Amino acid sequence: MKNSLLFDFIVDKTTKTIFVNREFAADLSLVWDAFTKQEILDQWWAPKPWVSKTKFMNFKVGGRRFYAMVSPEGQESWSIQKFTSISPTTNFKILSSFADKDENINTEWPSSEWDLSFSEQNGTTKASITIKHKDLATLEKYIEMGFQGGFTMTLKYLEQLLITLK
Amino acid sequence: MKIRRDVFQAIADPTRRAILLLIAAQSMTPNAVAEEFHTSRQAVSKHIQILTECELVKQEQKGREIYYHINANKMKEIDKWIEQFKTILETQFNQLDRVLLTLKKNMK
Repeated sequence: MKNSLLFDFIVDKTTKTIFVNREFAADLSLVWDAFTKQEILDQWWAPKPWVSKTKFMNFKVGGRRFYAMVSPEGQESWSIQKFTSISPTTNFKILSSFADKDENINTEWPSSEWDLSFSEQNGTTKASITIKHKDLATLEKYIEMGFQGGFTMTLKYLEQLLITLK
Repeated sequence: MKIRRDVFQAIADPTRRAILLLIAAQSMTPNAVAEEFHTSRQAVSKHIQILTECELVKQEQKGREIYYHINANKMKEIDKWIEQFKTILETQFNQLDRVLLTLKKNMK
């Protein structure tokens, strides 16, 4: 795995917006599939040892993805992503909200707007992601969803995988 | 009212952000802060109270005056949350790298 691939992470606190640029060593159509097909999304969306479990995903404008992050103890944190705009293989937009297991949106935490753009150059695909929060406190909820404690385990898992991949 | 969380609630309000900017530049008395705003003194005082409860602002008695100054350590908490979010994304993308690699192998 190459470490030379770009990863930018810029936060503008005044507009509560996070800008992320990340390159992937794959062509555009593959990266697009990885972000828009539920069976691939579930393979990487949750930081291990958490698991992403998509109950349904209707990838069309106005459609939704209803999914949970499942902790090793089996605790489920549900979210709903509504697809607000789709321009195949170059851009799509999401309105992301926290929810309960019955698909009710959790109104205590404001939704965030995700804008995802993709472009390819020489076999490398760059994803440019803008995440706009009504309130940066939403970040706390993301972290609360269980990732914090799992990070050391994640690193160990990564190490193991890197060894097997070599 | 339950004093819910922390720094995020404090900075969610534009007036409170303005107050923080003001006293970040220099310690100020309650009157001096209030004079910078068009809203009522009580409203400003309420904002300062919230900032104090969130520990973003500290009070200091100097002679007969109270001065407000910023608690820089607490401000760093915001950066900490952002940093953790960055770590999560980084982890997700590292996982995606591996998934892409597998997908490419399977296509051959």
